[in-house]
Amino acid sequence: MSPDAAASPLPATGDETGARAVERAKPVRVVSARVSVRDRIVEIWRTRELLSYLISTEIKVKYKNSALGLLWSMVAPAMSLLIFWFVFGVVLKNAYPSFVIYLFSGLLFWNFFSTGVSSATRVIVDRAGIVKKVSFPREILALSSIGTSMVFMFFQTAVLILFMVVLQHSPDWHLLPLLIPAVLATAIIAAALGILLSAANVYLRDMSHLIEIVLQAWFWACPVVYSFWSQIQPRLGRLSFVYLLNPMAPIVLTSQRVIYGHTYVHLTTPEHTGIQILPPWSGWSYLLMDSILVVAGLVLLWVALTVFGRLEGNFAEEL
Amino acid sequence: MANAVEIDAVSKTFKLYHERGTSLKERLVKAGRSRYDELKALQSISFDVAEGETIGILGRNGSGKSTLLKCICGVLQPSEGEIRVRGKLAGLLELGAGFQPELSGRDNIYLNGSMLGLTRKEIDDVFDDIVGFAELESFIDNQVKFYSSGMYVRLGFAVAVNVDPDILVIDEVLAVGDEKFQRKCIARIKQFQEMGRTIIFVSHSADQVRSICDRAVVLQTGEMIGMGTPGDAVRLFRERLLEADGAPPAEEAAPEVEPGQQGDRFLLRIREVFTSVSEGESPVLESGDPFSVTAVFRVKEEIDSMVFVIEVHGAKGELLLRTDTNELGMATDAPLGEGRVTFEFPSWPLSDGRYDISVGAQSRLGETTYDWRENVVSVEVVYHGKASGLLNLPLSASLTAGGPIVRKKL
Repeated sequence: MSPDAAASPLPATGDETGARAVERAKPVRVVSARVSVRDRIVEIWRTRELLSYLISTEIKVKYKNSALGLLWSMVAPAMSLLIFWFVFGVVLKNAYPSFVIYLFSGLLFWNFFSTGVSSATRVIVDRAGIVKKVSFPREILALSSIGTSMVFMFFQTAVLILFMVVLQHSPDWHLLPLLIPAVLATAIIAAALGILLSAANVYLRDMSHLIEIVLQAWFWACPVVYSFWSQIQPRLGRLSFVYLLNPMAPIVLTSQRVIYGHTYVHLTTPEHTGIQILPPWSGWSYLLMDSILVVAGLVLLWVALTVFGRLEGNFAEEL
Repeated sequence: MANAVEIDAVSKTFKLYHERGTSLKERLVKAGRSRYDELKALQSISFDVAEGETIGILGRNGSGKSTLLKCICGVLQPSEGEIRVRGKLAGLLELGAGFQPELSGRDNIYLNGSMLGLTRKEIDDVFDDIVGFAELESFIDNQVKFYSSGMYVRLGFAVAVNVDPDILVIDEVLAVGDEKFQRKCIARIKQFQEMGRTIIFVSHSADQVRSICDRAVVLQTGEMIGMGTPGDAVRLFRERLLEADGAPPAEEAAPEVEPGQQGDRFLLRIREVFTSVSEGESPVLESGDPFSVTAVFRVKEEIDSMVFVIEVHGAKGELLLRTDTNELGMATDAPLGEGRVTFEFPSWPLSDGRYDISVGAQSRLGETTYDWRENVVSVEVVYHGKASGLLNLPLSASLTAGGPIVRKKL
């Protein structure tokens, strides 16, 4: 299904009745097995209002029947934050100053990405009732999962700000705009993966279990609870770029660079050893990395939409 | 006139897997070995729906009606061919599909409306109409999961008809809801027609198709076997129903069947139908005069529990009367051999016009049709009275002076 108002409007014939025909040019939608990605994007854009409804209703529904309401969206991330802080900061004594902020800045983006991707993977199967009966661009469903996850990220940001105020930890104000390309890159990559996997999950239902496992491993491939520059880079040496091929690694680094703010810190041990906790890169190199990710994400998104379009035709029969 | 919907050589093939795993393991283990049958649900269907036209789709279960409708709505994609839809389309494949039970009626109107392609402002504008039509004023802020099924259906229909689509696609949803609501829906559909909107309508009910549609398409096992006026389409549909039930189409010259003839496969044949008018001297019937319809039939084997059915249709195909011999208090078994059944109207209460009469023989509950003659005879009626309208009811008026008058206090 696709709109194609610009490319193929049917000629308005003279004998068409009344002002109605004149009052709005009716778009022509073509239902066929092959629809171009450009048309898909136009159609998604046209239904953007539905996207915002889906996101707001998903948030409403999720917490409608619970006493604590939206607070629940904070509990799971707060719990992982607490555990990581306890294990790495208290038990293993990594001695990073303001470790909670370091953790939180990385978790913020990771949670956005992982909840987005894992809920998007399930969304078409979960929403089979709608998919089988109502026609709209199905990509919207995956996008709404990513969008919902992004909204939760904003809630978590509020908590993070509270933490920073209490701990009197200030971000690197100059680099604050870097968060925009970082959020953008995360959203695009998560959307691309979400769209791809949501379609795949229709045909291979255990895709949703598989992705949970992959995400678990993926998390440890991101420098959230450890330091890339002081712990990974010395071991990998010239191969460090391989580590950075994981798109979430540069994103987490960007977030830490901006929110945690310090690249060189003194450990809280009695010796106060100084370590290079974050890479000594300039703001521009972060911008470059994130821009590359945005472009790569867009290419991936294009691929995802193409694949989705091929698979979508059979959704209603497979569900 | 421009076409609202163009269906161009649309085919849809389903793969019916004998045993198909949906897990990765099963797919890998059985890679390339899963066996399936191909089901051709639609085979190269082509027709256009003109703007402002109401088109009906008739067919039995499994004839591809719903598949075609889903393709038009874009829920399914055709395997081959293309469908071009011009304008905003609202599909009522299932009333209330897409409702979120946890949300209130109000939220669901917005969600459903935006799924059908409306903007927030457009929904704001029609919100009150939707609530009014669904008669849910006092429940609109309740969660939909607490709605009764009737309320659910009303809300679904109300949203769909109030989104002001250019094309409305309705799939047998009118079968739900109580009679009052059904009438309201039909009235709304008629209003839609007057506004020049396009409607694609699927129904089991030949009567609904006849009274609503301008044209109708008949589908059989995925193929379009006919298209034409609702009357013709309904006739074709009924004939094909008979065929599928094991009897050849009624049209195949009944009089040639001699008693005891070998090829006489059917249990009961209606061989001839005539009326008191066709037998009488005048070619027309005076409104109010007695009238009768007689069918000559032959029963080959004893049938338990069967009835003869008569239907009277008006000029526009609307059903005026349908009844059967059981309802008229007759026994429900047919005598073997030759027989005749006569339906007698002591007086014909209808005004001017032409009326089509169909006669059939069915099992008492209607699950089997032994023979059916759609619009087999018609009668031309003349009315010499002054009253206007469809009916010629025996009626008089009287006037009395000085009676008590009860006045309502204002």
